Amino acid sequence: MSKDNQILEDLNSKEYEHGWSVNFETDEAPIGLNEDIIRWISTKKEEPSWLLDWRLKAFKIWQGMTEPTWANVNYLKMDLQALRYYSAPKQSKKAKNINEVDPELIAIYERLGISLNEQKRLQGIAIDVVLDSVSVATTFKETLGKLGIVFCSFSEAVKEHPELIQKYLGSVVPMTDNYYAALNAAVFSDGSFCYIPKGVRCPMELSTYFRINAANTGQFERTLIVADDSSYVSYLEGCTAPQRDENQLHAAVVEIYAGAHAEVKYSTVQNWFPGDKDGKGGIYNFVTKRGICAGDHSKISWTQVETGSAVTWKYPSCILKGDYSIGEFYSVAVTNNYQQADTGTKMIHIGKNTKSRIVSKGISAGKSQNSYRGQVQVMKRAHNARNFSQCDSLLMGNQCGAHTFPYIDIANPSAKVEHEATTSKIGEDQIFYCNQRGIATEDAVALIVNGYAKEVLNQLPMEFAVEAQKLLALTLEGSVG
Amino acid sequence: MLSIKNLHASIEGTPILRGINLEVKAGEVHAIMGPNGSGKSTLASVLAGREEYEVTEGEVLFQGKELLALSPEDRAREGVFLAFQYPIEIPGVSTTNFLRTALNQVREYRGQEPLDAVKFLSLMKEKMALVEIDQKLLSRSLNEGFSGGEKKRNEIFQMAMLNPVLSILDETDSGLDIDALRIVSNGVNKLKSDTTATIVVTHYQRLLDYIVPDFVHVLYKGRIVKSGTKELALELEEKGYDWIKEEVDSTATV
Ligand SMILES: Nc1ncnc2c1ncn2[C@@H]1O[C@H](COP(=O)(O)OP(=O)(O)OP(=O)(O)O)[C@@H](O)[C@H]1O
Ligand SMILES: [Mg+2]
Repeated sequence: MSKDNQILEDLNSKEYEHGWSVNFETDEAPIGLNEDIIRWISTKKEEPSWLLDWRLKAFKIWQGMTEPTWANVNYLKMDLQALRYYSAPKQSKKAKNINEVDPELIAIYERLGISLNEQKRLQGIAIDVVLDSVSVATTFKETLGKLGIVFCSFSEAVKEHPELIQKYLGSVVPMTDNYYAALNAAVFSDGSFCYIPKGVRCPMELSTYFRINAANTGQFERTLIVADDSSYVSYLEGCTAPQRDENQLHAAVVEIYAGAHAEVKYSTVQNWFPGDKDGKGGIYNFVTKRGICAGDHSKISWTQVETGSAVTWKYPSCILKGDYSIGEFYSVAVTNNYQQADTGTKMIHIGKNTKSRIVSKGISAGKSQNSYRGQVQVMKRAHNARNFSQCDSLLMGNQCGAHTFPYIDIANPSAKVEHEATTSKIGEDQIFYCNQRGIATEDAVALIVNGYAKEVLNQLPMEFAVEAQKLLALTLEGSVG
Repeated sequence: MLSIKNLHASIEGTPILRGINLEVKAGEVHAIMGPNGSGKSTLASVLAGREEYEVTEGEVLFQGKELLALSPEDRAREGVFLAFQYPIEIPGVSTTNFLRTALNQVREYRGQEPLDAVKFLSLMKEKMALVEIDQKLLSRSLNEGFSGGEKKRNEIFQMAMLNPVLSILDETDSGLDIDALRIVSNGVNKLKSDTTATIVVTHYQRLLDYIVPDFVHVLYKGRIVKSGTKELALELEEKGYDWIKEEVDSTATV
C-alpha cells in the first residue's frame, strides 16, 4: 500500500517520457524487403545455412499471404518496402560480458532506468537488452550458467545451442501461422532465448528489455523459452521507443514450451510510443505469442499490461496439450487518445482435465477503441476441460469504445465454460467521493483504475507491478475532468 | 466557523435550496431535520462541492475563506468532511489504501510530511478502537458488499482518521443497529472539541439523545423555516412536520 501512494505522488510528466532517441553509429541493412535483404541479414549474423533456408522458406510463404483485416482496428497500411529490416549499434568487437559493452549503450539503458551493472542491481533480475535489431547485453549469465540455465541472445543461441534452436524454433508458432509471424520468421534479427533444464527452478526473474531507437526500422524479435520437465521460470518483458511522427512497426514472435510439471510465467509491460494526442505517430504492435503446455501438469500464464502502441494486435495463447495442464491469461489493456487495441487470448484445450482462466480488463479513454477477442476451444479428447473467463471494460468519457468478441467452440460435452462480462464507467460519484476525502481528481482516477485492474496487477512481480501502476496512471492522465 | 448567507442552489435548472442562512460556531453541534426531499442532502453536497449543483446566489464562509471558490478536494483539505448518506463503492481499493492516499494528500496540503506506513498503522489502530471497526473490513474493497451499517461505521472511521474541522453527517444513524448507533455516536462525541463543529442531518431523536445538539433547524422546501434548541427535536418527534408545513405554507410569499 505504501507503493500505491508513492506512485500517486510520483505523477508529474504527462507526455510519453521515453520519447527520445540517441545518435550513434549503426550497421544498417539497405531499405526494402526481398530475398537479398534476407541473405544480407543472415550473412551479417553469420548464420548457419539451415537458418537461412528457414528464413527464405518463410519469406516465400509470406509473399503468398495478405495482411489480416479481421481485427477491429483501422490504420494506414504501412509500406513494408520502405522499412529497414536491420539496424544495429556498431560495436568494435562483440562484447563477451557486460564490461565490454559500449558505455554509450549502457548510458541509454541507464536513462531508461535499467542498470546493466550487475552489482548495481538490488533485485536479482537477469536482463537481456535488445536495441533495434540486436541483443546488446545479457546480465547474470554466469550465475545462471551454474544451474545449467541458458539465457542469452537468440543469435548467440543459434551458434552455441543449435540443437535446441532447431528443435524448438517455429514449433509453437509455425511460420505459416499468420502474416506477421511469417514476416518475422523471414527477417527476425535477434531476441532472447532461454532454456531451463529439468527440475531447475530459475532463482531470479529473467527479463528482456526491448528498445527501438533508429528511425524507419521495424523491430522483429523472437523470444523462445523452453522449460524442461519440472522446471520453473518467470519471464518479464518491457519495451519503449522514441517519439516519432511516422508509425513504426514492431512484429515480434514469442514461443514458450513447457514440459511435464513445468511452469512458465510470462509478464509484459508494454509501453511502446502510443502516438501523440492527435494520433500522430506511434508503434504498430503486431505480435504473435503462444505457449504450449506440452507435458502433463504443466502451466503457462501470460500477464500483460498494455499501455502503449498506436495499434495493438496481440493474442497470447495457450495450447493445453498435456493432461491436467493449465493456461492463464491476465490482461489490462489501456487505450487513450486515438489508440486502438485488439487483444485477447486463445485457450486450446486438447488434453484431459485441462483448465484455463482468462481475466481481461479493458480501459478506454479519449477517442480510443479497445477490443477483447478471446477464443476458448475444447477439442474432442479434452474430457473435463474447464474455462473461466472474466472480461471487464471500463469507459472514461463518452467518445471511446469497448468491444468484446468471445468465441467458444466446444467438441466435448463434459466441458464447463463460464464467461462473465461487465462494462462500467468511472462514476462521477466515485470521483467526488475521493475528492471529498481530499484526493485530487487525477489521483482518484489512478486509484480507481488500479483498483479495477488489481486482479491482473497482482499477478505481476513486485517491481513490475509498481511500474505498471505508474504507467496506467500516466496513460490516463487528463482523461477525466 | 461556518457562515452560510442566502444560499440558493439548483440542479438541472430546478431550484432546490432557496435561501439558506446558517451560522455555525466552533464547538457547536447543529442538527438539521426536515421532511424527505426538503434539501438536506443537497445542502451537504453543495457545501462539499458537488459539481452537479449550481449555486445561483449567496455565499459561504468557512474559517474566513470563500468556501464556494474552492475545489471539492481543497474543501476537504481545509477540513470539511461529509459522511455520505449513501457511501460509494470503489472496487479493488481497500479502505486502508484509500485513506492512506487521502490522508497524505491532506497532509501535503497542510505542509505536513506524509505519514510512513508504521505511523499510519498506529493511527489506524487508535481510530479503529474509537469506532470499534473490524480490521478485516478495512482491507476489503471500499464499501463493496458492506452492509448498510458497516458503510456508515466506515464513514465515521474515515472521519476519525481525517480529523476534520467541520463534520457533516448525513443520516449516519440510518442503517445502524442499536448498539452500533451508541458506539458510533460515542465516537463522534469523542472527536468533538472546542475547535471543531458538527452538523448532523437526521430524522430521528434517538441519534440526538447521544449527539446532543446545541441547535436544531428544520429545513423545508429549501429554506430553514424553524430553528430552536434540542427541545425542538423532541417536539418534532411528537408532532411531526405538519404544523410547521402549515405555518410556512399559509404565510408563503411568492
Ligand atoms: N439530480 C437531480 N435531479 C432532479 N432533482 C433532484 C436531483 N437530485 C436531487 N433532486 C431533488 O432535490 C430535492 C432535495 O433532495 P435531497 O436529497 O436534498 O433531500 P433530503 O432532504 O436529503 O431528503 P431525505 O430526507 O429523503 O434524504 C428532492 O426533491 C430531490 O428529488
Ligand atoms: Mg438526504
